[in-house]
Amino acid sequence: MNEPATRRPAWLRRLSIRRIRDRDAVIYGVLLLLAIAFPSAVLYATGSSALISQAADAGTYVLLAIGLNVVVGFAGLLDLGYAAFFAIGAYTFALFSSSQLGSSPLHQSFHLPFWLMIFAALVAAAGAGALLGFPTLRLRGDYLAIVTLGFGEIVPQLSYNLPQWTNGINAIGSIDRPSLPAWITGPWAGANNIAIIQPDVCRQLTNSTKFAPCFSFGYDPIAFYVLIVITIIVAVILVGNLYRSRLGRAWMAIREDEVAAAAMGINTVTTKLLAFAIGASFSGFAGAYYGASFGLVSPDDFLFLVSITVLVMVVLGGMGNIPGVIVGALVIYFVLNSFLPALPPAVESLANTVGLGSLNNSNGNWPGLAQEIQRINFLVYGLILVLMMLLRPQGIFPSRVREQELKHVAVQDDEAAVEASHSS
Amino acid sequence: MSQPAGTDNILELTNLSKRFGGLLAVDNVSLHIKRGEVFALIGPNGAGKTTLFNNVTGLFQPTSGSVVFDGRDITGSRPHTVARLGIARTFQNIRLFSYMSSLDNVRVGRHVRMHAKLWDSLLKLPAERREEDRVTEEAMDLLNFVGIAKQANHYARNLPYGQQRRLEIARALATDPKLLLLDEPAAGFTPQEKVELMRLVEKILDRGITVFLIEHDMKLVMGISQRIVVLDHGEKIAEGPPEEVRKDARVIEAYLGKSA
Repeated sequence: MNEPATRRPAWLRRLSIRRIRDRDAVIYGVLLLLAIAFPSAVLYATGSSALISQAADAGTYVLLAIGLNVVVGFAGLLDLGYAAFFAIGAYTFALFSSSQLGSSPLHQSFHLPFWLMIFAALVAAAGAGALLGFPTLRLRGDYLAIVTLGFGEIVPQLSYNLPQWTNGINAIGSIDRPSLPAWITGPWAGANNIAIIQPDVCRQLTNSTKFAPCFSFGYDPIAFYVLIVITIIVAVILVGNLYRSRLGRAWMAIREDEVAAAAMGINTVTTKLLAFAIGASFSGFAGAYYGASFGLVSPDDFLFLVSITVLVMVVLGGMGNIPGVIVGALVIYFVLNSFLPALPPAVESLANTVGLGSLNNSNGNWPGLAQEIQRINFLVYGLILVLMMLLRPQGIFPSRVREQELKHVAVQDDEAAVEASHSS
Repeated sequence: MSQPAGTDNILELTNLSKRFGGLLAVDNVSLHIKRGEVFALIGPNGAGKTTLFNNVTGLFQPTSGSVVFDGRDITGSRPHTVARLGIARTFQNIRLFSYMSSLDNVRVGRHVRMHAKLWDSLLKLPAERREEDRVTEEAMDLLNFVGIAKQANHYARNLPYGQQRRLEIARALATDPKLLLLDEPAAGFTPQEKVELMRLVEKILDRGITVFLIEHDMKLVMGISQRIVVLDHGEKIAEGPPEEVRKDARVIEAYLGKSA
């Protein structure tokens, strides 16, 4: 029998349940505010838009992680070749929005508009996902992982080895930039006042040899940033809707017990196929965006490392939980692209300040502290990953798995309290 | 006892066999279940009872023979098709969706009677919202029906054993079955829980659902079933009303051994 004195007071229990339930809403709110304030803050603080450009690139990974989360987190299918769909999206866009196909056996280049091609890329990637999934999704667990791993290797190899189409290792360059009929600028983008601008000339939709005044995204990082933030918001809403739907429950049922799911009337093959295709479509979308923002698509951008990085983002962020996955993607991106590169000079100056400056000089086999840190960069990355997994094995912001357990404990507390009051 | 096949039979198995390599797990079994009855399948461990269930629900493909459900040949149909046609089941070793709430477990059972397509769910169209609300209500009703409505938001894995068995029944009922297959629903139950289970089975019958159950507890079987089939080593050794079956020499031999 529980002693009432040893239990937490009722208001505290209620508060903790509330806090967990509202946690995701708070994360979304904070992320949204940060996303809105970020460009102006960066421009104000640094005067350059380099960080905004990097944030837009991080957004690509957020989108990839949201998509992979559908496959791995919701449906429980281990996909180790996710970058292949990213590549398919990027190449779909790059081929049809550059002069590349002019020098291909087709001898006809296309300059289809970005806004059309980004959806074509989505469809192409989803189609590839369905095509790969159809024969392989009867496999379970490890076998599926191996097949997707193979697929993830095949796609970059194809782009290396079909140079007449993809330009191989030399990459497809000068890809068309997205454009809009007009754009709005204001103090947030460093302008003096709010204005509608059409500073560029772009190809017309109907006739690609005619040009008209417009706003071209060019190398404007703020425009790309706005585009990716809006895309992520839409993606979060759509995936959130799926999560709380008939289909989302079917995915989770398959993840939990495939035999029982089938016995409850769920067509496991088509349901898994949908997870695969929907996950792939996000990747395809992200691929087209990636091609447009860099203006260059090379097979090196879609290697196994990309698949693994996105998987790490999903697992570390909190598999199955969308806000967790977003935070995971941002954290890992930050570690990989800001923290690790900044580490060698930081250690070097630290050594200077604590009077160990002599370590910075190379001497015999010793390459100098900065150089040494540079060499063990990925060891540090590995250590960070191991540490994060040890500290939070469920991910930074885990899904309802933990939440439910906590809630269950709280309800048991309440029931025990009721029993106690009856018996006393 | 055997009758000619007619429309008042909800399930007819004809010469059903299932072979695993050298083992004939189900050996030429024919039986029929009438609409609205409680039909029990009993037999010693390893007699092939669960294998027979798996052949009916499409988890296994029968080696030979046919399964006719509600006048329709479903031999070798995929499990989800069988569920859609109206056969629901529970499992001998409980197979709930552990990391989903009780409510979600039952809502998954409702899946097959829902109509929302991908686009409806993606965009949360009004029709989809209405369907979700309706399904949530129906699922709560079912949880209430089996008596675990209070545990709606608990993870299935956190429920006590007896409630997990009840939840599995609620989940199966959510598919709107015409025939409910219960695989040892009272395994590990206390006498009190067994009585409650018998009441629940009666309530399920009142809903117009035929019940086909595997059970070890003879007292429970004798108490609720109209007819019994006894399997031993995959073979049907007896069929009939409980009082006949319990006196059958072969049944006594199968359960107690020859010398007894």
